[in-house]
Amino acid sequence: MARVAITTEPRPQHEPAPPLLAVSGLRVRIRTRDALLTPVAGVDFTLHGGETLALLGESGCGKSMTALAIARLLPDSAGLEAQALQLGGEDLLACSEAAMRAVRGGRIGMVFQEPGTSLNPVMTVHAQIAEVLARHRALRGAAARAEARRLLEAVGIADAGRRLDDYPFQFSGGMKQRVMIAMALAGDPELLIADEPTTALDVTIQVQVLDLLARLQAERGMGMLLITHDLGVVARMAHRVGVMYAGELVESAPRADFFAAPLHPYARKLFAALPDAAQRERPLDALGGSVPGLDQAFAGCRFAGRCPQVMALCRTQAPAWQQRGTRAVRCHLYADNASAAVLASALPAPFPPATPGTPQAVLSVRDLQVHFPVRKGLLRRAVGQVRAVDGVSLDLHRGRTLALVGESGCGKTTVGKALLQLIAANAGSVRLDGEELAGRTAAQLLPMRRAMQMVFQDPFASLNPRMSIGAIIEEGMQALGVGADDGERRRRADALLERIGLSAAMRNRYPHEFSGGQRQRIAIARALAVSPRVLVCDEPTSALDVSVQAQLLNLMRELQREMGLAYLFITHNLAVVEYLADEVAVMYLGRIVESGSAAQVLGAPAHPYTRMLRAAIPRIDAAAPAPATAAPAAELPSALAPPSGCHFHPRCPHADELCRRSYPPPRALAGGHLLHCHHPLGAEAPRA
Amino acid sequence: MFAYVLRRLIYAVPILIGVNLLTFVLFFVVNSPDDMARMHLGARHASAEGIERWKAERGYDKPTFWNAQADGAGRLTETVFFDKSLRMFAFDFGRADDGRDIGREIRDRMGPSLAIALPTFLLGLLVSVSFALLLVFFRATYLDFWGVVICVAMMSISSLFYIIGGQWLVSKVWALVPISGYAPGLDAARFLVLPVLISVLAGVGSSVRWYRTIFLEEISRDYVRTARAKGLSELAVLFRHVLKNAMIPILTGVVVVIPLLFMGSLLVESFFGIPGLGSYTIDAINAQDFAVVRAMVFIGSVLYIVGLILTDISYTLVDPRVRLE
Repeated sequence: MARVAITTEPRPQHEPAPPLLAVSGLRVRIRTRDALLTPVAGVDFTLHGGETLALLGESGCGKSMTALAIARLLPDSAGLEAQALQLGGEDLLACSEAAMRAVRGGRIGMVFQEPGTSLNPVMTVHAQIAEVLARHRALRGAAARAEARRLLEAVGIADAGRRLDDYPFQFSGGMKQRVMIAMALAGDPELLIADEPTTALDVTIQVQVLDLLARLQAERGMGMLLITHDLGVVARMAHRVGVMYAGELVESAPRADFFAAPLHPYARKLFAALPDAAQRERPLDALGGSVPGLDQAFAGCRFAGRCPQVMALCRTQAPAWQQRGTRAVRCHLYADNASAAVLASALPAPFPPATPGTPQAVLSVRDLQVHFPVRKGLLRRAVGQVRAVDGVSLDLHRGRTLALVGESGCGKTTVGKALLQLIAANAGSVRLDGEELAGRTAAQLLPMRRAMQMVFQDPFASLNPRMSIGAIIEEGMQALGVGADDGERRRRADALLERIGLSAAMRNRYPHEFSGGQRQRIAIARALAVSPRVLVCDEPTSALDVSVQAQLLNLMRELQREMGLAYLFITHNLAVVEYLADEVAVMYLGRIVESGSAAQVLGAPAHPYTRMLRAAIPRIDAAAPAPATAAPAAELPSALAPPSGCHFHPRCPHADELCRRSYPPPRALAGGHLLHCHHPLGAEAPRA
Repeated sequence: MFAYVLRRLIYAVPILIGVNLLTFVLFFVVNSPDDMARMHLGARHASAEGIERWKAERGYDKPTFWNAQADGAGRLTETVFFDKSLRMFAFDFGRADDGRDIGREIRDRMGPSLAIALPTFLLGLLVSVSFALLLVFFRATYLDFWGVVICVAMMSISSLFYIIGGQWLVSKVWALVPISGYAPGLDAARFLVLPVLISVLAGVGSSVRWYRTIFLEEISRDYVRTARAKGLSELAVLFRHVLKNAMIPILTGVVVVIPLLFMGSLLVESFFGIPGLGSYTIDAINAQDFAVVRAMVFIGSVLYIVGLILTDISYTLVDPRVRLE
């Protein structure tokens, strides 16, 4: 392959060093068949070496487009313009495509969101890293191999020399992202662009990867542009924060100032929409609506349509940047030097107190087991089994929420499916209002299907794209004989659409015409159409933005109060659990290791695993500049060969000989708080 | 992997027995030996003795499935089904109606068939993949647009047009190569050039379009964006990253036909007078020689099963995620 020599003018010594990255007036336009979109509409910022700038915002705000534009990696249909786009003083816009290729992967390294799809599946890890080494550092053969190995070691991959010849599929998700980082570092970049680098990972893995990025950045003095929608990630990583909304930067501030008191109403609403334990008693302060379409010309402030403090001026005149000490904000509220303290927004009214009384069990599960056989050899004999669910007992109560928590691969989704008899359990009992469901035939299960419904994780994949949403909602009613005739089913579907905040007039539209949050509402309406008593929700909000998640959580709580629904909420997001759950069960490798009320399990976790999960959530805390929590050790072991004794012992800081030998028996603490641990942690539960 | 291939071969046995039984029923029960004899002798000359004699000469006078008069194993082996159908498992195809040994005929004709089919296959693959890559390299330009238009036009034209048109233009007007015929050894080359080129031309439109779609799908994937973010040139991205991944779906459609290349092409061989298996089959159909047709159907099924197993094995070569077990 031809190598492109880059000639850079030696810089005169007396000038002050320019910022590593200077962006001004950056604009991206995409021409589609019927519209001209402007996903990035004039973004300005600078980034210095050794500094991390976090671009924060919800999906559709133009964060990723900004990142791609800097590396000039936009899709073919997109056009790029800017007053300045300079990397270390060199004008990237003036670069030829060949010179730009020397910059990409060399001076700019990039890490993308989805490590599973961002690595080439049919090339070894070594080949993929060596490509960068050959292209940018002229390293080949043994020298490249040694360097690739050094890089893998630097990103914390054990046994790096041997793993060089492995393919991406042989690595776990977190390890793939480490490989991705090693690849991005291979060209010795001055600037690292990380686009949602941990969004696809488990919380426990997320902390490891974030710490790795922070360490590498400090060691190498790289500038880092971190793109994220997660305030927790920003709090842990950033030196400075830029908030993006609808293609524009609306606030820019040092991290500590930003977290102490964000200025822009949008930023404040992002904080308010975060679920946590303190908000339990009231609906979340959700931001209504969604990010405006980017095909329109905006006359005034882009946020005006959703802003709680909108003024007449906001609708007619776009706000200019206002400097406030170290920070800058683009909002009319700060136009004159008038105090901006007007911004204290009232909290939503708390929920009416729940009617007291003993909770009434709707669904009780005892010792549920689901094993998947592993077949091998000529005759496909089962040579072993994956104990995906290995003796799980749960109770769901009317009008209450049980959260099932754990890392991906722990078997929590399988529990949900087995409860609904969507997959057959090997053993155990599932009783709905005292009636046994296990072992029933499909026909016998039909009446039960009315009582239990499911909402799936991905609202994009779980609605049939060829059916109108009206038909999607009515199909379940028809199948289970709900409603006397089509007219009645139609009325019910219309009423549900209105109830979830859409309108009956939308019944003939198709799923692709709705946003992610709206689709998840439709999925809930579909489940509710047959008036179930139990709703199994499998990560219903994990594909959604925070503000949309807040809207959905509010809706779910309202529906629960109105209809007395029992929720089984399957999730890995402990913040949502803290806000929503009445009871919590923590699952590890097919077994429940700790269960009890939310206050018991999350307030005073006694199992080391629960503590590890809790500590892994990046906390939003303005006071603490750097995270003090140690990254959790290792990753979830394979369910095919779980560790001996207590499954958790290889990752547990308190493990001893006893833990390696025997699985801990159940241990009851006060008030129904159950756990499996030889060495339960005392009541001195540290608040993270 | 050995266990996998072995298991697949074992699975093939019931499939082949089914094929065998089904073709036998089609050829002997639907169309009884009496019918065949009457057809061959002509309705006018078909006296009862004539039919019996015709059947006896060819071994059709035995019972169909069960010979009650024979002893021991003979009850099963002294039957039409055993003679004509089960023997095919040992690649013993018996004699054609004209008395020639079918097995020997097939061995002789395999060479000419392969001499056309193999170059056609390789050249076609090379041309199609290259053109598809070219269109993808110039995607969303006029070159791409008109390339696709030409592909659609080419695949809409009947292959008969290419054959007859090619023979007229190249052989008759330009007189570059003979219109048809065949010679053994290296002399075959001048007879083979035209049929190979015409076969490639006739097939290239649809495959270019198909491969282009596959490449375009691959090029929108995340790993391609990663490759570009590494600073690789567009050619390196296409050849090192996209081509390798696109080979996975391409192989599914391509490897399965490799064994069938032995069967030759019915149309091209007949038009160009190539003494291969394709023209053999056509001639047998025209002559109502069911022994030959049955043999070709059986060989076709065997080769197809081999092709499917080869496809699975080829996956392990291009896709490290696939391990056969």
